[in-house]
Amino acid sequence: MVHTFEALGLKLALDTGSGALHQLDGIAFDALNPDPVERARLLSRYPEREAEAVARELDELRESGALDSPDDYDASLLSEPGTVKAMCLHAAHDCNLRCRYCFAHDGTYRDPSRARMSVEVGKAALDWLISKSGSRRALEADFFGGEPLLNLPAVKEIVAYGRERERGTGKRFSFTITTNAIGLTDGAIRFINEEMDNCVLSLDGRREVHDRMRPDAGGHGSYDRALEGALRLIEGRGGKSYYARGTFTAFNLDFTNDALALADAGFEHVSVEPVVASQDEPYALRPEHLPQILDEYDKLAEAYVRRRREGRPFSFFHFNVDLENGPCLRKRLTGCGAGNEYVAVTPEGRLYPCHQFVGRDGWEIGDATTGAFDSDMQRVFASNHVLNKPDCRACWAKYFCSGGCCANALAMNGRLDKPYELGCAMQRKRLELALAVAAIGL
Amino acid sequence: MESINNRHIRTVNAACLRESLEHGGCGECQASCQSACKTSCTVANQQCKRQERRAPVIKHNAAV
Repeated sequence: MVHTFEALGLKLALDTGSGALHQLDGIAFDALNPDPVERARLLSRYPEREAEAVARELDELRESGALDSPDDYDASLLSEPGTVKAMCLHAAHDCNLRCRYCFAHDGTYRDPSRARMSVEVGKAALDWLISKSGSRRALEADFFGGEPLLNLPAVKEIVAYGRERERGTGKRFSFTITTNAIGLTDGAIRFINEEMDNCVLSLDGRREVHDRMRPDAGGHGSYDRALEGALRLIEGRGGKSYYARGTFTAFNLDFTNDALALADAGFEHVSVEPVVASQDEPYALRPEHLPQILDEYDKLAEAYVRRRREGRPFSFFHFNVDLENGPCLRKRLTGCGAGNEYVAVTPEGRLYPCHQFVGRDGWEIGDATTGAFDSDMQRVFASNHVLNKPDCRACWAKYFCSGGCCANALAMNGRLDKPYELGCAMQRKRLELALAVAAIGL
Repeated sequence: MESINNRHIRTVNAACLRESLEHGGCGECQASCQSACKTSCTVANQQCKRQERRAPVIKHNAAV
């Protein structure tokens, strides 16, 4: 399968089966038109000698396996469940903000007790992860919530325990944290910058956009406090990874302005993600928004390239596709690994396939405090890879997104293997732009 | 695209997916949802942790 497209003023062709990317001139682009009648009509406008030269180049690429290569990879490659290597630790089912779009219902996951993870449960979770990780050396634990800083003393003790367990096991924990940046004391910042390999800072961009969707419990905007804390944190980050991560909704379909607001505020690493919400919500993204969203991604990519050329670059998470050192095919087939290589842990130690599944009836996959793990459910998630998703078979992007987020698929379509269509359309657009950025070479 | 050496196609990135079956699958890479998105899985922007074992990438008609 070959996907031809135009983005950022370039004509490009992606060979799905091999992953090869080609930049084309006008005649080569026309020569790859998928409609044979239209292709013949277009090529008739060029001198015959030119068309023959293009045909020879295309044949060379086909012979070298870089065009029209088979993408019939064998699903038996992935017949066995993987090894659990990553977890999302829900340090607190509580939050000091009341974000209107929060999928976790004010960070509580509908838990009226607003529970916080004890040190004992956190230690048991790390022990469980080590016991399940086999020969994997690199393990990941992301402190999440709610707001994990509401339980910072426990987070510190759990991290210290992880470091202790690294010695003697040969494992290496990569700790990360996702925070709203409201409770960032100097001590918290010092700890995060010393121990956390990545820090995701939730900020939505422009003040008015942020304050509209991210009020505190008293209904007051949180922008000033979040921005001040987040800027202090990145000042001491010392080159370690971080992201200022926003959410866009139907209220800010001009989200390029929010990505740029984050860059202008001083954040070099930016991510702005589409909200996933019930279609009943006024802020939900709906199919009729799609044309505007796709245009907006074009604007964002143009601004991204322009700023790089002007010497004031920022990075955008979804444009960071690494063509040469990117993931292997097996990784591309399996995706995020939810329920297979990755689990979420509630404050009580209950395990779910990922943070988005927490609290959903019927999706508990184990318990870190008892060691219980539902290997049948793990098998269900392991087999839910892109080769087994009917809607993905004919999609050119399948080896870049692995079939998308299965929690979104379940929420929107009631099943794990039917991707969320609106999310797919946005993903394809982001990928086209990411490939164009790679072709430009910035 | 500006044509160089009368070529019409510039290969930006060579074929590598099938080759990655040979050396891939070690599993040491990051789980994609542990990064920044948490909702919109993009696997292709994760780096391979095993680069030193990868076969060299050969670019076709790279001079174009």
